[in-house]
Amino acid sequence: MVVLLLVIAVFAITVRSTFAAVIAFAAYGLLVAVAWVRLQAVDVALTEAAIGSGLTGVLLLGAAARLRATDQPPRPERTAPGLRASAAGVSAAVAAALGAAVWFLPEPAPTLAPAAVASIDSTGLGNPVTAVLMAYRAADTLLEKIVLVLAVVGVWSLAPDRAWGGRPGTLYRPDADGVLSFFARVLPPFGVVIGIYLMWTAADHPGGAFPGGTILAAMWVLAMMAGLADAPPVSSVSLRWLVLAGPVVFSAVGFLGMAIADAFLAYPVAFAKPLIVAIEIPMLLSIAVMLGMLLAGVPQRR
Amino acid sequence: MTPVTLLGLCSAALAGLGLYGMVTHPHPLRKILAFNLFGSGVFLLFGVVARRGAAADLGGDPVLQALTITGLVVAFAATALAVALLLRFFDATGTATLAPAADHDADSGNP
Amino acid sequence: MEAAMPGSFLLPFALMTPFVGMLIAFAVGGRHARRVAFAVIPLGLALAAVVALLLARSGEPLQYALGAWAAPLGIRLRADGLAAAMMLVTALIIGATALYARPEFGARAGAPESRTAFAFWQLLLATWGALNTVLLAHDLFTLFVALELLTFSAVPLVCLDGRAETLQAALRYLLFALAGSALYLVGVPLLYGVYGTLDISLLAGRVQVESTTVVAAALMTAGLLAKTALFPLHLWLPPAHAGAPAPASTVLSALVVKGSFLVLVRLWFDVGLASGPAAQLLAALGAGAILFGNVLALRQVRLKLLVAYSTVAQIGYLFLMFPLAFGAGSTAAESATALSGGLMQVISHATAKAAMFMSAGLVYAALGHDRIAELAGVGRLMPMSIVAFVLGGISLVGLPPSGGFLAKWWLLSVMVTTGQWWWAAVMVTGGLLTACYVVMVAMRAMSAPSTPLTLKAEVPRASEAVALALAVCSVLLGFVAFLPVDFVAIGRPAVLP
Repeated sequence: MVVLLLVIAVFAITVRSTFAAVIAFAAYGLLVAVAWVRLQAVDVALTEAAIGSGLTGVLLLGAAARLRATDQPPRPERTAPGLRASAAGVSAAVAAALGAAVWFLPEPAPTLAPAAVASIDSTGLGNPVTAVLMAYRAADTLLEKIVLVLAVVGVWSLAPDRAWGGRPGTLYRPDADGVLSFFARVLPPFGVVIGIYLMWTAADHPGGAFPGGTILAAMWVLAMMAGLADAPPVSSVSLRWLVLAGPVVFSAVGFLGMAIADAFLAYPVAFAKPLIVAIEIPMLLSIAVMLGMLLAGVPQRR
Repeated sequence: MTPVTLLGLCSAALAGLGLYGMVTHPHPLRKILAFNLFGSGVFLLFGVVARRGAAADLGGDPVLQALTITGLVVAFAATALAVALLLRFFDATGTATLAPAADHDADSGNP
Repeated sequence: MEAAMPGSFLLPFALMTPFVGMLIAFAVGGRHARRVAFAVIPLGLALAAVVALLLARSGEPLQYALGAWAAPLGIRLRADGLAAAMMLVTALIIGATALYARPEFGARAGAPESRTAFAFWQLLLATWGALNTVLLAHDLFTLFVALELLTFSAVPLVCLDGRAETLQAALRYLLFALAGSALYLVGVPLLYGVYGTLDISLLAGRVQVESTTVVAAALMTAGLLAKTALFPLHLWLPPAHAGAPAPASTVLSALVVKGSFLVLVRLWFDVGLASGPAAQLLAALGAGAILFGNVLALRQVRLKLLVAYSTVAQIGYLFLMFPLAFGAGSTAAESATALSGGLMQVISHATAKAAMFMSAGLVYAALGHDRIAELAGVGRLMPMSIVAFVLGGISLVGLPPSGGFLAKWWLLSVMVTTGQWWWAAVMVTGGLLTACYVVMVAMRAMSAPSTPLTLKAEVPRASEAVALALAVCSVLLGFVAFLPVDFVAIGRPAVLP
């Protein structure tokens, strides 16, 4: 598998056609997800398959199609051979240094796994990865939600002034029919159920709001691409509140922790699980909406 | 050599490959793709170190696994922003080159 | 763990206040975003001031275990003297920028939401929150998220006007920054794999010189250099900083590049991932930046590009402290002085450069261009702006009593005692070159125009006053040398060269 990973990666970097590189990358992402299963990290494998391979693949594929669709190809540019050689030297050195760093990692490896398991009862959760994300290092997760909001603001801020407040225009194909349309009609009910299930089950089993939200987002995007649903205008008040629901509830529960528990982002033991679920439900919605809007791109139509 | 170490060396190679692509590809979309390759090498490194820390009946250290999930999301947000910028730039100019326009500035320091 | 100090509960508030403001601004939209910003900024400023006051009174750092989980499983926030001082400076400059930007990103009553007002105030608040996170987070991964927050808020600021040229600059900036953060991120699993923690203080007690640690330190440092735009990784900076709208340039040049630099300081001084030879290399690159940046600044035709290249040069000064602090023969006291000099350079450059970008922006708005050759007569029509520019320049050159002078004085004193006089030669040369372009701009602006100059737009006096106030701050900053306590040293680990 290692060989296959490397071969596809080399192909994705060296192949001349951008389109081929992007398709190779999507395949590569699925292979990486398998590697994560091998590494006994099913939670990460789900996220990798959903986001690392799935959404990123769609995003890059869409961009490649847009850039290719025009009759004016990007000006052919050559990188100077000197730069190429020195970049190769630096990159090889980085890879070699990293390889050595991995090789010389100490035995036995230090780990926080016992500590994570020892404290898990007070979180009411059974999945230690979820406990890290929602309790021990909840601050990282909260900040990462803000990163997503900020990315949405950043993408929207790129709108041409005439289109401000309008709808993202890249995905919507009102005339699309055939296979895509069929799938877009059939898949979403299943997708929604799977997405919610992944969020719900994450308390005790692999899953989580991210893979769950990604699948919801994927269903929405599919519907947009098939022309069954249009992207909402960015001026929509309900859209904005959907984006905010997760981060706002998360922050509010965080501050609540200062009043009813020991600290910011702490949960009282008796209510830990209900509070975490109370955060995850709006978070699932927000993640789905934010990922969907990030894929839909810059507002272009009023 | 254990399979985990092998995967560790593989992720080192992937990171190096991604870095090379980021520096040398003139096309921004290829740079973005290479960044994702670089990122996946780095994340696999997280997974390798997490796997080495398997203990307490867990297959890996949940802390590093959780950090990877956060990292993957951040990397996706970065990719989305970069692609949006690129497409907007393309719409505005009809090209997708990062080479400075001729009259850009007196920057002669570019080797 | 150190005992919790009273008042440590303020830290999560200091961290979250800007972000909460940003979320509210997102909800209420561009029509009210400015009002939200002006409600949140005094609050955050007060929080920063109270934290600084508590530190000054007790002489102890504040720290806070998030979620009440102790490190290494949990994350903690920690405010030492460095963090508290920088938090105050950040809040002041964000506040000044908001006042300066008030007319430009306003909302008229009854008008529909404008894109720039929607984005600008949120990005400004997010930049602030990201910087507070950079300053307070005591965990290497949280610092990564903080750096990403900073990048994501800074990049869209560059291309707020939507011109093709700035879109390109923003894309280049983003790609550089992403490569930098990926390199930084590589270090996280490596250090965790050796020491089992990402907490800065816990790591500091455990790090040793061994191969994995050295690789991690080298890659993380390289990544942070790309984000800080240290020569020769500065190529993205001038078009981005010069092309952005003036209030954005102010924040980018004064604060954003300092964020990744301060993470580097944490890594070298607090975690202890330092090396003498590497420190020499950093300073050599810094010297390159000083000479190269200043020479190119002198050759610029446009005022904003001149100021941007001057930032490239001023970043170089920040790196002169490394061989002074980590030299083979440096004592702990010399290291501490070198760090104080470096931080004073951060703060004085922040205030001075903010003032200079603000005045350059006002000149651009008033004339409709910023070609240096055609500035004649501006000094008479907008004296406040030109005085602000020149006062900021005085601090960059390093004339007493400016903050720039104090920074260089402290650095110089360690150069003398450790016998590293060659850095002093670079510093003096850089100062002379800086003086050349400041005088050149001042002379152009004060000279009589051949045809009477008319301004295309009215000059907002309040914005001019803000620029002038910041410039005066940077000139008077040198007087902090007379403060009774060594504020920055509060809660700092002793540097072991």
